[in-house]
Amino acid sequence: MRAGSTLYLDGVSVVFDGFRALNNLSLVVEPGELRAVIGPNGAGKTTMMDVITGKTRPTAGDVRFGDRDLTRLDEAAIATLGIGRKFQKPTVFDALTVFENLELALKAPRGPVACLRWALSGEARRRIEAVLDETGLAPRAQDRAAILSHGQRQWLEIGMLLMQDPELLLVDEPVAGMTDQETEHTAALLRRIAGGRSVVVVEHDLEFVRALGRRVTVLHEGGVLSEGSIDHVQNDPRVVEVYLGR
Amino acid sequence: MSATVASPAPARAGTAAARNVLRWVLLGAVLLLALLPVLNRLPADSALHVSDFVVSVTGKWITYAILALAIDLAWGYAGILSLGHGAFFALGGYAIGMHLMRLIGPRGVYGHSTLPDFMVFLGYRELPWYWLGFEHFPFALLMALAVPGLLAAMVGFLAFRSRITGVYFSIITQAMTYALMLAFFRNDMGFGGNNGFTDFKELLGIPLNTPNARAALFYASLAALLGAYWICARVVGSKLGRVLVAVRDAESRVRFLGYDTTRVKLFVFVLSAVLAGLAGALYVPQVGIINPGEFSPGNSIEAVVWVAVGGRGTLVGALLGAFSVNALKTWLTSVAPDLWLFALGGLFVAVTLFLPRGLVGVLRRPGT
Repeated sequence: MRAGSTLYLDGVSVVFDGFRALNNLSLVVEPGELRAVIGPNGAGKTTMMDVITGKTRPTAGDVRFGDRDLTRLDEAAIATLGIGRKFQKPTVFDALTVFENLELALKAPRGPVACLRWALSGEARRRIEAVLDETGLAPRAQDRAAILSHGQRQWLEIGMLLMQDPELLLVDEPVAGMTDQETEHTAALLRRIAGGRSVVVVEHDLEFVRALGRRVTVLHEGGVLSEGSIDHVQNDPRVVEVYLGR
Repeated sequence: MSATVASPAPARAGTAAARNVLRWVLLGAVLLLALLPVLNRLPADSALHVSDFVVSVTGKWITYAILALAIDLAWGYAGILSLGHGAFFALGGYAIGMHLMRLIGPRGVYGHSTLPDFMVFLGYRELPWYWLGFEHFPFALLMALAVPGLLAAMVGFLAFRSRITGVYFSIITQAMTYALMLAFFRNDMGFGGNNGFTDFKELLGIPLNTPNARAALFYASLAALLGAYWICARVVGSKLGRVLVAVRDAESRVRFLGYDTTRVKLFVFVLSAVLAGLAGALYVPQVGIINPGEFSPGNSIEAVVWVAVGGRGTLVGALLGAFSVNALKTWLTSVAPDLWLFALGGLFVAVTLFLPRGLVGVLRRPGT
């Protein structure tokens, strides 16, 4: 029944000292889907990401990725399964160029000696160039990350996640602090990279979610309040009451 | 934003040009250095004659430059600030010193066939087990590299595994060299106590304190410096070098990318300690003495100041710092010996405040 679904959360609850951060949350993300998750502060968005990436263990419920049970795996194992997470604050390596940042993220042997003997193969170069094109950073490939704009740093970080070839990408508030133009570019970027992989975006900015133009899940008090197109959820009276009405 | 899009290309070309110039200057400096022992052989009244003092002092600086490279590799690139590299240097020196002591043989004051003078004096009956093998030069040289490497591996493993970084790591390494100094001061350690080793006779069949020995040690040091530079350049220019820089700037992020940063740091720290040991092994036959004073915490800090002054994070900077600060020290300690420590401290403060990228930063300013 859930065959084919990439990410599958069913009846997930997380209780911290009596506080229900997640309350019977269910969510299915299909392969190649781009899903936006919105909700007021404390709705459980970050806790949901934490549960998926293994940072937090659910008190009850099922979390599956393909046919793997994520509740039994630790963070590193989940990351190697192909779930990449982009945190709010971009952390790229300032002293290195954009190209070198991506090169470090590329799947390759990670030991010191392997790194010492590493030579950039044509295949690796093509992979890096593909991500440079995908993120629109190709003109800046040889610039140090320190001189990138805020938006470009975010895209570089997304690019570094792409280098690890994830099946599912979790993106936490990508457009916070971005200019309108950068926000648009980010929406286009996320639309572009979804399809090859599933993407879940947590965001406050409704304009951005509208620009994504895909299915939206509204969280409230740890559960799903509403789900559907942006127009559908914006007209849902319950959503208007708890979220948009404020 | 659009302004930054246009400017980087020429800026990078500028640094590349500056780097090329520096490389040629460096090559010229090496050739000039290589000439010193030759000029030393000219008759003393020749205008180009170079004194024995200049040759031996420069030979000593070359070993300091190797130590500076070692510190820069760990600190400038990987962000591991060791304030105990003098210990690795001293251990390398002691290993070669043990070989030199064994070579004295019956020519010591007491004329004992195997035991060095200090052991006879202290009533040793036979050579302690850890002195065995040091009569062979290759073994002693191996130990000069392996002992610092093993010590670094132990200290590094325990510290990096527990994620001890920054100033805490610096304090641990400082304590390490201090503890070793106290240990080596003890007579019953079997390393000559506070007198250490001296009165060496020869090395590899060449009598020390002769022009031939000076030239040979000078060239050996220069070759070791070039080798060390090549190794460091190789590491820094590889992907490992970029991982090191990434570890220096955001270690947890590197870990998050799937790199075992403990292993990466251990690798570079051990390599750095081995290079420091090599430097010490070349230093001792040139100065003719090694004693526990070489372990003193001040020595390690002074070596860190060389790198800071030259410019950490660039290999050229480490070389520049080692030569310039030591030139200053040699000059100042002959004109106004009491001022040296103030000058050293002042230099460190001034560089930290005004030249965060060291002398190299000043030289490269037009390009960056």
